[in-house]
Amino acid sequence: MRPHPRLAAAALLPLLTGCTGPQSALDPQGPNAASLAWLIWTFTAVCGLVWLLVLLTVGIALWRRRASSGAADEPLRPESATERRKQGVVIGAVVATVLIIATLTLMSFVATRSLTASSGEPLTVRLRGYQWWWEVTYTADSPDRFVTAANEIRVPVGRPVRLELSSGDVIHSFWVPSLAGKQDMIPGRDNVLTFTAERPGSYRAQCAEFCGMQHARMALVVIAMAAPEFESWLDAQRQPAAEPADEEQEAGRQVATGKACAACHTIRGTRAAGTVGPDLTHVGSRQTIAAGTLPTTRGALGAWIADPQTVKPGNKMPMVPLSADELRAVSAYMAGLK
Amino acid sequence: MRERVVADLSHLPLHGKGTASPTWWGTLVFMLLEGSGFALMIVVYLYLGSLAPSWPMGAPPPDLGPGLVLTAILIASLVPNWLVSRWAGREDMRKVRIGLVVMSVFGIVPLVVRCFEFPALNLSWDSNAYGSVVWTLLGLHTTHLLTDVADTLVLTVMMFTRHGANSRRFGDVEDNTLYWGFVVATWLPIYACIYGPAWL
Amino acid sequence: MSAASSPPLDIDIRHEELDGRLAETWRTRPGFWGALATVDHKVIGRRYIATAFVFLILGGILALAMRWQLARPEGRLVSPDLYNQIFTMHGANMMFLFAVPVMEAMAVYLVPLMLGTRNIAFPRLNAFSYWIYLAGGILLWVSFALNMGPDIGWFGYVPLSGPQFSPGKRADIWAQMITFTEIAALAVAVEIVVTVFKQRAPGMTLDRIPLFVWAMLVTSFLVMLAMPAIMVASTSLILDRLVGTHFYNPAEGGDVLLWQHLFWFFGHPEVYIIFLPATGMISSMLPAFVRRPVFGYLPLVLSMVTIGILSFGLWVHHMFTTGLPRLGESFFTASSMAIAVPAGVQIFCWIATIWDGRPVYRTPFLFILAFFFTFVLGGMTGVMVASVPLDTQVHDTYFVVAHFHYVLIGGAVFPLMAAIYFWYPKMVGRMMSERIGRWVAGLTFVGFNLAFFPMHILGLQGMPRRIYTYQTDVPWSGLNLFVSLSTVILAAGFLLFFIDAVRSARRGEPAGENPWGAPSLEWATTSPPPPYNFARIPVVTGRNPLWDERGDMPVASGLRVDRRELLITSVADAIPEARDSSPRDSIWPFWAAIATSAMLIGSIFSPWAVVWGSIPVAITLVGWFWPKGTPEDDA
Ligand code: HEA
Ligand code: HEA
Ligand code: HEC
Ligand code: CUA
Ligand SMILES: [Cu+2]
Repeated sequence: MRPHPRLAAAALLPLLTGCTGPQSALDPQGPNAASLAWLIWTFTAVCGLVWLLVLLTVGIALWRRRASSGAADEPLRPESATERRKQGVVIGAVVATVLIIATLTLMSFVATRSLTASSGEPLTVRLRGYQWWWEVTYTADSPDRFVTAANEIRVPVGRPVRLELSSGDVIHSFWVPSLAGKQDMIPGRDNVLTFTAERPGSYRAQCAEFCGMQHARMALVVIAMAAPEFESWLDAQRQPAAEPADEEQEAGRQVATGKACAACHTIRGTRAAGTVGPDLTHVGSRQTIAAGTLPTTRGALGAWIADPQTVKPGNKMPMVPLSADELRAVSAYMAGLK
Repeated sequence: MRERVVADLSHLPLHGKGTASPTWWGTLVFMLLEGSGFALMIVVYLYLGSLAPSWPMGAPPPDLGPGLVLTAILIASLVPNWLVSRWAGREDMRKVRIGLVVMSVFGIVPLVVRCFEFPALNLSWDSNAYGSVVWTLLGLHTTHLLTDVADTLVLTVMMFTRHGANSRRFGDVEDNTLYWGFVVATWLPIYACIYGPAWL
Repeated sequence: MSAASSPPLDIDIRHEELDGRLAETWRTRPGFWGALATVDHKVIGRRYIATAFVFLILGGILALAMRWQLARPEGRLVSPDLYNQIFTMHGANMMFLFAVPVMEAMAVYLVPLMLGTRNIAFPRLNAFSYWIYLAGGILLWVSFALNMGPDIGWFGYVPLSGPQFSPGKRADIWAQMITFTEIAALAVAVEIVVTVFKQRAPGMTLDRIPLFVWAMLVTSFLVMLAMPAIMVASTSLILDRLVGTHFYNPAEGGDVLLWQHLFWFFGHPEVYIIFLPATGMISSMLPAFVRRPVFGYLPLVLSMVTIGILSFGLWVHHMFTTGLPRLGESFFTASSMAIAVPAGVQIFCWIATIWDGRPVYRTPFLFILAFFFTFVLGGMTGVMVASVPLDTQVHDTYFVVAHFHYVLIGGAVFPLMAAIYFWYPKMVGRMMSERIGRWVAGLTFVGFNLAFFPMHILGLQGMPRRIYTYQTDVPWSGLNLFVSLSTVILAAGFLLFFIDAVRSARRGEPAGENPWGAPSLEWATTSPPPPYNFARIPVVTGRNPLWDERGDMPVASGLRVDRRELLITSVADAIPEARDSSPRDSIWPFWAAIATSAMLIGSIFSPWAVVWGSIPVAITLVGWFWPKGTPEDDA
């Protein structure tokens, strides 16, 4: 089944303006999303056609008879011959409806089957949803080689990824439209989603199940990279946190491990071992912080730590009172945690 | 629009009985919607049971005594209930009065037994989901009992007043017996749910 | 059985006097208490309809707030917390306080008239239903005004709505508001079923029942079988929150998906509870505007029944991404798509009706045409989302938002507006303006499509629903701005509609009995009808009484005029069985509603409120049912 989204797109060009973005079901970048896009276009074409036909018939029905002047008109008594003829046509239309929906049902069944099929040894990643961020754990043959990160999933190109989805609080839903359909993360009921990225690139994802105050700011990036690059990146992530490069960063580490931060965050290689918030061991290497809210720059880190409740009202990180110097130092340190 | 009289209705009775009475249909329709509520609660019970590793969950099975007594009383009550219905159909005021008093007793005694049935479940509603669902099932049926007993009591009082001697009231008595039959009937599947595992 | 001095019958009275005598028996007493005590289905129906439209305005204003917030990325009109309350309020209000009640309300007004009877069955229950509904609406909106509005979405998924993640009373208010509206809807459903079964005009056999009445009969059964599910769900949620049960707590053997099963087992039939009455309205209005009887009466009835039955077998299509077994899900794809068949039958029959009719292009008909355009499109997107794999891409996105507004507004609100233009003259005695009506139809149709069509594209472009804002780096801002601006056109249409409705009540053209030349019984009496609806009960000889019997109307006589008397007929063939009485006005339903409301609201705060609150409820109920020695009581 070789999809032709471009062809269908050309036919529906006026609707398509702006349809390609970083997070779009119509911009497939993997086999799953591609066959889904194909399905979407086919359904749209069939249903659109049926819709046109129905409306056309309504139009003709109105057009073929002289309009009546209204209430005073003597009502018509239908003739049995024409009524019988129409009965035949209606039955025909019903039969056509049955055939069309049977075909559509079959197609969607076949598509479901093709989605679950995957080839090759998958990479298993655990994704756990929290209000309102994502915890990502890359599994390995032994648990002590597991790597925990947050709000960003890196995957090797061409290799299937098996995501084990779970939730730490309420229901969330994982959805990268460019790669695959969505799958809910439900407390007490773990789910699995398998997908493959075909091309390197970064794909935006967003929590799709309403999960409370900051459901709107619970995004995630999936970054697909060439397999060797991915391996070396994963190795780097396995390392403990980078040592401070200068005095300011050193002071920052003091703040991060001495203040309340350590109660919630883990920075491997330091005393900070909290598990309430995201693992910060390599926070500086991630593209965004606070689940897609801000880019990971030193300034943004400073703004976030200074007052998380203004940046993302209601999120679970409180404002920790810090002096200006402490703030500067800790954001420098965080930015350096590559 | 001009009218043309084609039928005379003045010979019709002033109040219909049985299927000719809207109240009878109203009772039936109420039974349908309450029945679907009960059925759903039983489905919830079975659903949670099908997910649980063991059932009853985290508790010894319920004691059988109070439940059995209550079931016996309810089933026995069907006899006077049926008699009241017949007497009401014949508009026999004296017997209906006696019958209603008897039915009031048959309504109140199960409520007393019910007080012993809750502890016999051997766990509390907030112990786990199993506790929650059995308490709710039992609670639901208790509300059901309570409302019908209240209805019976009011009706009994009414039959002793000047409003009683009226075929409309006798119809109400019949509908009330119909409803009591429903109260007993809904108990049986609930009994099977709550105590079934203990019997097996 | 008749007393010594026989009571006055209508045959004994001179024709000129009859109306006065009947009016004296049936009228609503003037004044404040008279208004509270009335049990006239027309007064209550009008009240119900007006209240529902007030909720439409309120919900619409919330929609405008949402659209303003979403017009630009990083909008700052409302805070995230307020936005979440707003969309929950919008959805819950529109579904529970507007769409379902307004359909019930139209039925409360129309069904007795269409059946040729004098009042609905159980009229006091009807009064009670309205007060309970009003109380539920007030509860919700007052809470919202106090910043206690629910913020969990209109389907309140656990665990977000559970004790752990929704502290405070917001979720309880949502759940209890549902209890109120369910009680109200169940009451009306019971009344309608019994009215349709037992109070039809003589001769109105099952195959002569007007299609709107058939629709309401099927709908009432859906209400009775589906609403208990939401009662079970919301009650167990309240128990979880109030007394610590564990229905939805996976740590203690509960299950999160149990909620979704229960909610959608109700929620899916719910959408047909809204849609079926609308189709009934179309079937009942269409003949007047194409000047011929509807084509395919039997298939239309059968398709409504089929939709009703099938609607209990599709709830899982709202749960396609929850990870249920794939094979089971595919079954629900098939059953969901199967609904297209009966829906199609209806559409085809209507087109066949138009085919050789002679169209009358008046406002209600314009709305019917808008319905075709819009609803069929919404039905098509329904078929799309019914596909499991396709739904994994569009579930919980604006594509679904587009789908359900197309079917709700196109499939239910447009027919409803047609119905208001159509039956307003009957209810008020005056016509609404044809000139303004055309503008209303045009603006709402164009505004609606411009506002909601682009949402399909937004959904496919990855825009999830229920987000209070979006960042600048996603390409959704252009379409969102367009949507928001188009909403203004839609709102203008609605505004004009309300202006017309209010204005026409005083200044509209007097309507006369049957301004549209329509065939059903409600047009056989004056506009607005007298308190007793029909001076003499009509006798029905065909499906379109006023067309079948040109000239004069066959009627039956022999009912008493000194008590509220109506005719009871048999279920299948509508053969007269008895003349029964219909209860008088009573203030007790009002007090019972107050007592019930107090109990239900109290139970949000303490389980003991149920115990203590049941005492006043019991007292008011005794007051309600206790015989008062009126002529209606004896038999
Ligand atoms: C009036 C209300 C109404 C109506 C009538 C419908 C009608 C239908 N709906 Fe809709 N639906 C809603 C209201 C309604 N819906 C709401 C409120 C939600 C969202 C709830 C929420 O999440 O908040 C929803 C959500 C919803 C979902 C879940 C989507 C998701 O959350 O991911 C699905 C999935 O299957 C679905 C399917 C359908 C189908 C198959 C129909 C069918 O009945 C449509 C049938 C009609 C036609 C098909 C057109 C006429 C037929 C023909 C002209 C014949 C020819 C046709 C063919 C050959 C195909 N609906
Ligand atoms: C019948 C039901 C119904 C109706 C009629 C509407 C009507 C509208 N809805 Fe509704 N909507 C729902 C049912 C309905 N909706 C449901 C169930 C949800 C899901 C909620 C959830 O997710 O939990 C939803 C969600 C929903 C969303 C998604 C929110 C989100 O996910 O974040 C949006 C966004 O645009 C929206 C917009 C609109 C708009 C613009 C209208 C417009 O049509 C409104 C038009 C009406 C007006 C604008 C009123 C105009 C009147 C006046 C201006 C008169 C003023 C004054 C006087 C006369 C005094 N709706
Ligand atoms: C009570 C717990 C708590 C405390 C204390 C806390 N945090 Fe956080 N932190 C969180 C949570 C929860 C998040 C995720 C917020 C979100 O995105 O919704 C977070 C997010 C972050 C992030 C962004 C991480 C990412 O990858 O998105 C940084 C950086 C951070 N915290 C730094 C700090 C620093 C520095 C301190 C101390 C000054 C601190 N935190 C104190 C809980 C806490
Ligand atoms: Cu997490 Cu929405
Ligand atoms: Cu549905």
